[in-house]
Amino acid sequence: MLEIKDLHANINGKEILKGLNLVVRPGEIHAIMGPNGAGKSTLASVLTGNQAFDVTHGEISFYGKDLLELSPEDRSREGIFLSFQYPVEIPGVSMVNFMRTAVNEHRKYKNLDPISATDFLRLMREKKELVEMDNKLANRSVNEGFSGGEKKRNEIFQMAMLDPRLSILDETDSGLDIDALRIVANGVNKLKTADNASIVITHYQRLLDYIVPDFVHVLYDGRIVKSGGKELALELEERGYDWIKQEVDGK
Amino acid sequence: MLASCCLPLTAKIMEQQYINLYKQYHEQIKANAAQVINVSRDASFELFEKLGFPTSNDENYKYSDLKDALSADYGLNINRLPIPVNPYEVFSCDVPGIHSYLFFVVNDGFYPVNDVRNQQLPEGVIIGSLSEVAKSHPELVQQYYGKLSSAKKDGLIAFNGAFAQDGFFMYVPKNVQLDRPVQLVNIMRSDVDFMANSHNLVILEEGAKAQLLVCDHTVDDVHFLSNRVTEVFVAQNATYEHYKLENTHIKTTNLSTLLIDQQTSSNVLANVITLHNGVTRNNIEIDVDGEHCETLLCGMVIGDKKQQVDNFTSIIHNKPNCNSRELFKYVLDDLSKGGFTGKLYVARDAQKTAAFQTNRNILLNKTAKMRTKPQLEIYADDVKCSHGATVGQLDESAMFYMRQRGIPEKEARLLLMYAFTGDIIDNIRIDALQERIKMLVEKRLRGELSKCEGCIICQ
Repeated sequence: MLEIKDLHANINGKEILKGLNLVVRPGEIHAIMGPNGAGKSTLASVLTGNQAFDVTHGEISFYGKDLLELSPEDRSREGIFLSFQYPVEIPGVSMVNFMRTAVNEHRKYKNLDPISATDFLRLMREKKELVEMDNKLANRSVNEGFSGGEKKRNEIFQMAMLDPRLSILDETDSGLDIDALRIVANGVNKLKTADNASIVITHYQRLLDYIVPDFVHVLYDGRIVKSGGKELALELEERGYDWIKQEVDGK
Repeated sequence: MLASCCLPLTAKIMEQQYINLYKQYHEQIKANAAQVINVSRDASFELFEKLGFPTSNDENYKYSDLKDALSADYGLNINRLPIPVNPYEVFSCDVPGIHSYLFFVVNDGFYPVNDVRNQQLPEGVIIGSLSEVAKSHPELVQQYYGKLSSAKKDGLIAFNGAFAQDGFFMYVPKNVQLDRPVQLVNIMRSDVDFMANSHNLVILEEGAKAQLLVCDHTVDDVHFLSNRVTEVFVAQNATYEHYKLENTHIKTTNLSTLLIDQQTSSNVLANVITLHNGVTRNNIEIDVDGEHCETLLCGMVIGDKKQQVDNFTSIIHNKPNCNSRELFKYVLDDLSKGGFTGKLYVARDAQKTAAFQTNRNILLNKTAKMRTKPQLEIYADDVKCSHGATVGQLDESAMFYMRQRGIPEKEARLLLMYAFTGDIIDNIRIDALQERIKMLVEKRLRGELSKCEGCIICQ
């Protein structure tokens, strides 16, 4: 579904991604790990079309479409979802209004009529249960005054509402206590099907105990320098990143 | 000698023309107005002759550029010729479910009431033409007319005092509470460029309660200038809500002065909304002259094209133990210009005053301009006062967040702007009106009202 070839990207003239390659197929979970500053969040930003980043070289295709040609909203409607590392607070925009607008935009893209009020409420209720989200949160403004854990749950709730083909979870585990982590991971696992895929960006192996990856990649200095199965994550947990840095820099 | 040395030549010539006009026709002006409102007319004229029209050199008019507006040659209707329009037929107000008592001022004159809905006013309540009531109840008008306005050293207010002959009058006696909002629609209707000066008087006696919705509209596509002064007296324990909605056109100059006096334990809400206009100056001054008063003053502006809106506000705390809150928000696009002044005065004896002021502005375009000035003068030492003003753009990170969820850029901008104005709309305590304003604001932000040349609330 997703094919990234030799991707280079800059922010403010500084090159962050320096030739990244990655292939993701339906049904797969890919974990991307790596030290601070390796370019993990940049990858998420570039995939979703954040204009702060310039792609200077390379290709990204998503189900055969040139992703780099699409606006952020069209990428979303094509089925790419980002669970933000830092979800944004939007005072004055209610969760309900926000979600209904988003759902209907997705439907419009697929030439479907807007969702009926009853269907929408049913969908909200169903998906809220998935992440055990408090009813009250849905009536508030988007992320406003939410705790760190509530914000992350809200991300997974939105993911459930929009049913993406590819979800990118950017440090979804950061700032979560163990119970919240379990709830969030459970949500992600329940949404898993043979047709969708996930890219899980994380610092620590901890999240991967709950969301078990098919592949683990190490991102270092703007490139994927090592790939393996889920055991690679355990090895990284045990040995840190220094040995990989040495391997790469030593070459 | 004219004080207004800095008006451009044409405006200066016009100013002199009005002065000559008054000198020549003041007998006619007086003959067509009630005795009690003629009493202070000459004094107002002399003050105007001294002050002239305000210019941006006047501290309080720094953000109002009235040069062009005051250079046009407007007609006046000093002989009170009736305007051939029946607003009750032309405008069927359709704010769904507002059930207001509906009144019209067409240009500068109160339009005779002939609407059955207005016959159900509670006993003792008087609503009508200032000029008529000044004849039928001279003692009532005399007691209040000009009591707030004649003390002001302001060229526009003085001009109004010299030329105004009529306006809207409302009197709510002791402990009478109006069950429905009163709606005053100011309509400008003329085939030639036209100026209207009207003077409104609103009196709430002890324990009275009323809501007034003032809508400013224009009908014809000519240049209009309105210079209206409204004096409001809110007695002890009375509750008054004043909503002003302007939805006029780009050729309109709307100069509006709202003066409110609050007595002990009274409660006032004023919400001034400018949706569409040409050049607007709102002068809102609230004097808190009793203890334990509550004052909420808020407003919003949506501006684009070359629209100009200057809200000059003043809250004067003369007595202790009162709370006031002020909140103004502007969304400006294109070449529009906004101005805000928040004067807050706390007298030495006004201890335990709590006064908070906020002005927040969004500029959608680099060409739009906003100038904002808090002006706090606090002479008491045991008070809680704060002020804050911000000028910024829409939150880019929020925009991206929404777009990542599939919401198109245009819609995301709209949601953010709409959200920004939300707390002003929340301060409309007439449900039907709140719903309608929500809709109008959304339409306006979508650009669907930009061609509006007439009344959209009543048509």
